[in-house]
Amino acid sequence: MLIKTKKPWDLSENEVTPEALYLNRRKIIQGFGVAAAAAVISPFLGWQKAIAAPDFTVIKKTNYAGDEELNSYKDITTYNNYYEFGTSKSDPARNAHTLITEPWSVKVSGEAEKTGSIALEDLIDFNALEERIYRHRCVETWSMVMPWVGVPLAAVLKKFNPTSNAKFVRFETIADPKQMPGLRSRVLDWPYTEGLRIDEAMHPLSFMVVGLYGKPIPNQNGAPIRLVVPWKYGFKSIKSIVSIRFQETQPVGSWEENNSREYGFYSNVNPDVDHPRWSQKRERRIGEFFKRKTLMFNGYGEEVASLYTGMDLQKNF
Amino acid sequence: MIGMALPLSWLLYNWALAVDEGFNLGYLTSLGFHQLTANPIEYTNRFLGDWALRFLLASLAVTPLARIFKFNQLVAYRRMIGLWAFAYVSIHLSSYIVLDQFFDWGEIWGDILKRNFITLGMISFTLLIPMAFTSTKGWIKRLGAKVWKRIHKAIYVVAPLASAHYFMMAKGNQLDPKIYIGIVAVLLGIRVWFYYQDKTKAANRKAAA
Repeated sequence: MLIKTKKPWDLSENEVTPEALYLNRRKIIQGFGVAAAAAVISPFLGWQKAIAAPDFTVIKKTNYAGDEELNSYKDITTYNNYYEFGTSKSDPARNAHTLITEPWSVKVSGEAEKTGSIALEDLIDFNALEERIYRHRCVETWSMVMPWVGVPLAAVLKKFNPTSNAKFVRFETIADPKQMPGLRSRVLDWPYTEGLRIDEAMHPLSFMVVGLYGKPIPNQNGAPIRLVVPWKYGFKSIKSIVSIRFQETQPVGSWEENNSREYGFYSNVNPDVDHPRWSQKRERRIGEFFKRKTLMFNGYGEEVASLYTGMDLQKNF
Repeated sequence: MIGMALPLSWLLYNWALAVDEGFNLGYLTSLGFHQLTANPIEYTNRFLGDWALRFLLASLAVTPLARIFKFNQLVAYRRMIGLWAFAYVSIHLSSYIVLDQFFDWGEIWGDILKRNFITLGMISFTLLIPMAFTSTKGWIKRLGAKVWKRIHKAIYVVAPLASAHYFMMAKGNQLDPKIYIGIVAVLLGIRVWFYYQDKTKAANRKAAA
């Protein structure tokens, strides 16, 4: 079943993401359209920004999820793990409106020729945005398919000319108790931290995201800038990034620090390595009743397996 | 007592809305959107688990409250609260078996053996079965008060296990499960205190006589 003669993203442009996907894909929003549905509820959910904002212009659209159905804007923006805004799935949509995303700058430091604070507009080339449809697999065994807008992470990182000592990249989420009510509870050791090996970070599938469904990304999904690493569990895809650090030593992510027996540095989607709390063999795609089989590297093995040649993935989970 | 059916009624009402929305039936559109999140199955499991635990602790709170406030009529409600707790536990387990795993017994058995929090949950449920079964007056007579009481002392094991089940399920360092564990500690601790109080009183009475 996995043998492909043609990669799914070799489809011609007009075949990818037909407008129907945006407006009418899910029964829940049938007859409404995303914007209209959102407009009704937006005062409660902090979606105003997404609705008022203009559409991004993208230079290309690529579907990395085959013929799998997109999840609705409502599903993606009301069911979130973003503990800085509360630990229940509906908390971020309720609370994240207090996050101030303009102006936004990112502090770049460590093993690179160019370092310092850089404004979001200078970090991301908004004239080179692409749309990519990726599968998203949470370690809690649910998954979605989402249309992200962004630029390859490599394009962002190369701006700083990382030196040969830059073996890893460490990212940090903003941690401001005034903007993020969840920080009052020390669920994790804030600020939220994640990291990648430099070759993982430079891999063409690693994506720095600023948009969702063609619009600026809502706060609860990690505005104004987040990582998306589609072959890893979702918690690796860190949100609302304020710091990028190139370093020689392997960074320790917040979840790994909290419980290293359960959350490893790599955290590649792997149906053969169970999490102590969850079997990872299967997953529930949001919107479906029956669980589906989880794919090795979330279905991106053809592209990323070579990053881990010779590594014991049971040990390096 | 009938108030204990409210969480379940709310859940069923929202499932009706969810089914109406999901299948685009349009019968209930005017009533609004369901509140079960984009993942109603996970939401349902957790909702039922939360309420099962709350009612278990409520049943455990009856005896100390009745004694502290000298309000013995309260004890009359203990059995109903316990039975409601058992009902929520059973529906919680059914929702895991039917909605979450859809009768995949291999996976379920694997979970019970490998996932510590599910192991504890299953032990708690198993210990509750004889309690629920022998809850009638007839069974008290048949077994005799002594044996019957011993069976029902299982709640002192179930309450810590059930709150540990929740604690181990929650990711990260969350506050809520700790609150439940704290309540269980207080409700069990207070019994130890009562026990020693009674013992001293009895000793004093003996000494006075």
